[in-house]
Amino acid sequence: MIEYTEGEALRDAKAPEGPIEERWAKRKFSAKLVNPANKRKLNVIVVGTGLAGGSAAATLGELGYNVKSFCYQDSPRRAHSIAAQGGINAAKNYRGDGDSIYRLFYDTVKGGDFRARESNVYRLAEVSVNIIDQAVAQGVPFAREYGGLLDTRSFGGAQVSRTFYARGQTGQQLLLGAYQALERQVKAGTVEMFTRHEMLELIVSDGRARGIIVRDMVTGEIERHTADAVVLATGGYGNVFFLSTNAKGCNTTAIWRAHERGAYFANPCYTQIHPTCIPVSGEYQSKLTLMSESLRNDGRVWVPVAAGDQRAPGDIPDEERDYYLERIYPAFGNLVPRDIASRAAKNVCDEGRGVGPGGLGVYLDFRDAIGRLGRDAVEKKYGNLFEMYERITGEDPYTQPMRIYPAVHYTMGGLWVDYDLQSTVPGLFVIGEANFSDHGANRLGASALMQGLADGYFVLPTTLGDYLANGPYGEVDEEAVAEAEIKVRTKIDRLMAVNGTRTPDSFHRELGKIMWDFCGMERTEESLRKALELIPALREEFWRNVKVSGTPEELNQVLEKAGRVADFFDLAELMCLDALVRTESCGGHFRAESQDADGEALRDDEHFAHVSAWERTPDGPVLHKEALEYDYVKMSQRSYK
Amino acid sequence: MAVTGAVMVGFLALHMLGNLKIFYGRESFNEYAHWLRTLLQPFLPYRGVLTLLEIGLFLAVVLHMWAAITLTRRARKARPVKYVAKKSQATGYATHIMRWGGVTIALYIVWHLLDLTFGVVNPAGFNSAPADRMIEGFQPGRWWVTAVYVIAIILVGLHLRHGIWSAFQTLGWVKGERRRIVKLGALAFSAVLVLGFLAPPLAIMFGVVK
Amino acid sequence: MDLTLKVWRQSGPDDAGRMVTYLAKDVSPDMSFLEMLDVVNEKLILEGDDPIAFDHDCREGICGMCGMVINGVAHGEQRATTTCQLHMRHFEDGAEITIEPWRAAPFPVIKDLVVDRSAFDRIIQAGGFVSVPAGSAPDAHAVPVRKEDADDAFDAATCIGCGACVAACPNGSASLFTAAKITHLSLLPQGQPERLIRAKAMVDQMDAEGFGGCTNTGECTAVCPKGIPLDTIAQMNTDYLKASR
Repeated sequence: MIEYTEGEALRDAKAPEGPIEERWAKRKFSAKLVNPANKRKLNVIVVGTGLAGGSAAATLGELGYNVKSFCYQDSPRRAHSIAAQGGINAAKNYRGDGDSIYRLFYDTVKGGDFRARESNVYRLAEVSVNIIDQAVAQGVPFAREYGGLLDTRSFGGAQVSRTFYARGQTGQQLLLGAYQALERQVKAGTVEMFTRHEMLELIVSDGRARGIIVRDMVTGEIERHTADAVVLATGGYGNVFFLSTNAKGCNTTAIWRAHERGAYFANPCYTQIHPTCIPVSGEYQSKLTLMSESLRNDGRVWVPVAAGDQRAPGDIPDEERDYYLERIYPAFGNLVPRDIASRAAKNVCDEGRGVGPGGLGVYLDFRDAIGRLGRDAVEKKYGNLFEMYERITGEDPYTQPMRIYPAVHYTMGGLWVDYDLQSTVPGLFVIGEANFSDHGANRLGASALMQGLADGYFVLPTTLGDYLANGPYGEVDEEAVAEAEIKVRTKIDRLMAVNGTRTPDSFHRELGKIMWDFCGMERTEESLRKALELIPALREEFWRNVKVSGTPEELNQVLEKAGRVADFFDLAELMCLDALVRTESCGGHFRAESQDADGEALRDDEHFAHVSAWERTPDGPVLHKEALEYDYVKMSQRSYK
Repeated sequence: MAVTGAVMVGFLALHMLGNLKIFYGRESFNEYAHWLRTLLQPFLPYRGVLTLLEIGLFLAVVLHMWAAITLTRRARKARPVKYVAKKSQATGYATHIMRWGGVTIALYIVWHLLDLTFGVVNPAGFNSAPADRMIEGFQPGRWWVTAVYVIAIILVGLHLRHGIWSAFQTLGWVKGERRRIVKLGALAFSAVLVLGFLAPPLAIMFGVVK
Repeated sequence: MDLTLKVWRQSGPDDAGRMVTYLAKDVSPDMSFLEMLDVVNEKLILEGDDPIAFDHDCREGICGMCGMVINGVAHGEQRATTTCQLHMRHFEDGAEITIEPWRAAPFPVIKDLVVDRSAFDRIIQAGGFVSVPAGSAPDAHAVPVRKEDADDAFDAATCIGCGACVAACPNGSASLFTAAKITHLSLLPQGQPERLIRAKAMVDQMDAEGFGGCTNTGECTAVCPKGIPLDTIAQMNTDYLKASR
């Protein structure tokens, strides 16, 4: 099994001292500025065009830098931020309901189960208000009230109404805003756009990130791109589970390559599992679809009392139904937080009481809501969601209960960054879901969009400017570039040469199953050790038996997939190791050994109030701990009974 | 398309009303034809107004056809490789009626001019009185002429049904609830026009007008 | 269920392309259309054949990446549905299904069912934005917007840029796509300053890309997975005519 050593403690040296309210202002003022005339000469590479990458590239272009933007899709508008449904938080306090920057900061730190940095989170809350202004000015059609002002709703158990939304497509509308700003810069000539290009290696020259090696996915050509700084905005790695709510193309390759080149990977085990997704219907399933959490406001979750009950839901009388959330958590009932609802569903399914194909599902029943409010009222509230459910499952949720099951949704872990969003490789900045910084061990609803845009529009342009102003960093070492390119070519050649008997997808599926079964909603020392045995064995088989058809010099989707799966193996191993080392339960990481008498997650602040940042070395992973200090929010244990 | 189409729709409406004069007798119809030619005399010469109208109409027809041909050529260029299978999801009405219907109507107009305007292929002959041409032209013995006429007029109606609301759309006057009204209006207008045009020949053929 | 697929195969932009027949056996009615193709592809890979290349990403109907003409209809016959959301239960056992790429000169085929839609990006580049540098925005409540306008703007803004409108249009026109963006920004106060230059620039770019003209056939809106209404095209025409005066 993989062995690790513990290295030196890690510290974020960039956050200014002093009152938390003043830190970002101080940092902004202390940041050096780049002379406008010099900006044109400075090249910045931005990989990924989601909310973080799109907004960053647009803003850097607007500021006058020479930007190259990369995405693997056919257009920057397709990045997976587009699929975010619910909304975006901002401490506008337009409702006068007691919201404030401080409260958003507090809620986020607490929601992250005290595993995020206070300074970063405070800045996020502070900047949140500017995001809404920016988006509105861009023409994002947020929901409005008859008075013409912006509508908000409460989300994810927040006690204030601070979530701005555009029907169920907030992510889409915000992303299109950023995309349009980006295309404007493309036209202006400040941003050069590379679509259908996949980053396969980071160029590190003289200890600094100076460029990337990409593959043109249409021609198969391997290209070198050098720059003065590199920004990764390549999203999360939830697809390591194969089945997740992520887009099919989402992958870890960009951040994993950077990790191999020296960037520390922080908290890889923190995964968010969303309780209300449409369950798997068969072996061929390729992805999972999220159903808005709002359904739990009126739907009641249940399973049959008896294991193996095969009757149709309508034939099961009330006394033989177990409304288990209402039974176990009488105070919050069906509205308990995501992680708790997810785990409870897993538990009843493990007892053999799950419903639907494979017994992996629970009912979300609207019978009582329809009886109480009438079908019309229910339709008005949830009509589009019911329609979506019906489209995918072919079942009518008005007449029979929905079946739902938890699914991997978001990864809080990512590359370690300091307050400036700079990784441990100088000149390599990481923003959005790709970094680890703001959500701790659990992300609150409607906070992902906020973080992506905060990083891209407001934080990175300042901190990256500071880094560049401290340059120049000299010529890029040609040898470093060539070396990176050779690595890429070698890996592709290796993949092509195997010519085995299994497809990349079949390996990915199997890896995903290992991760889900042993490093999923509930983790134990035993399960993680098991995963750490299975993963290397499967990886070994992969490199011996994978089949990649076609040639590398053409559009080759099998090759693309194979390269991504190869990196997922290594990441999966690190995730399991991280989960094994962190013997406490916190947020999205639940260790069965660490629970209270009621079966709730039990944190171990004495031993684990730190960020686990992993360094990859030839001698195996090295763990660096960054201690987390809480000067403003008092650490406490959550309870939803 | 929209503007030139509108000019022709205006012409058609007047033409249809003029045709109905036949129900008041040959005299009335011929008088109307004469009036058209002497309109605004002596300020303008004989046939002055009519010639101006004809020029305008001719320009409209030419421009309409030019626009149609341009659109068709652009469409061909925009899809050099055809679909192996293609199924319309919007009834396919406009696609079929407008382009090929338009061509058919153009061919018909040539015949129509030779028949009733110039009388070259009309039994009443060249230089006959307009009413004679009309009545001779649609005698039961020439039932096939009437049949062609009926088919052409129905095609015109179908063309207009799409053309009229389409013109409103092109000029940006159709939004929301108004779309339904404009479409209904286009249908009603086209129907009235078709009925108005069909009345004289049918009446002649069945001997109502002699 | 067992199906016969007739799929357009084209190895690259210079290849002429042809229809190739495949058998898809034991297809589950609960599969999505793309999952059915996944299964066919897995088999092709193991047989050493080139799998059918097709674009896809989110597989939940919002990214706009997927799209193919199925039995002659863009995204298939189920209305308001992207290809990835189309499920096999809508097909009969034993059915023959033709699958073709979007066909339009401005969308050249890259491989099989994958086409290049960068023309859409260039139309947006021409003017599909509000010029507002980050950090320069006034407070979000500074300008109230009528709820009806915001809702209508959203209905237009919901376009996913998949290109089905172009694929379905007998003229190969991109009017619905272009009009959706013009309308979205036209209806909001924030979009007013650039309203006319935007309409002019975007329409001119659309024409320059080689898309056909609109003859109001309504085929686009009928296949649009987001149901973008024809009203948007009327709005585009209004703005364009004003701008051209």
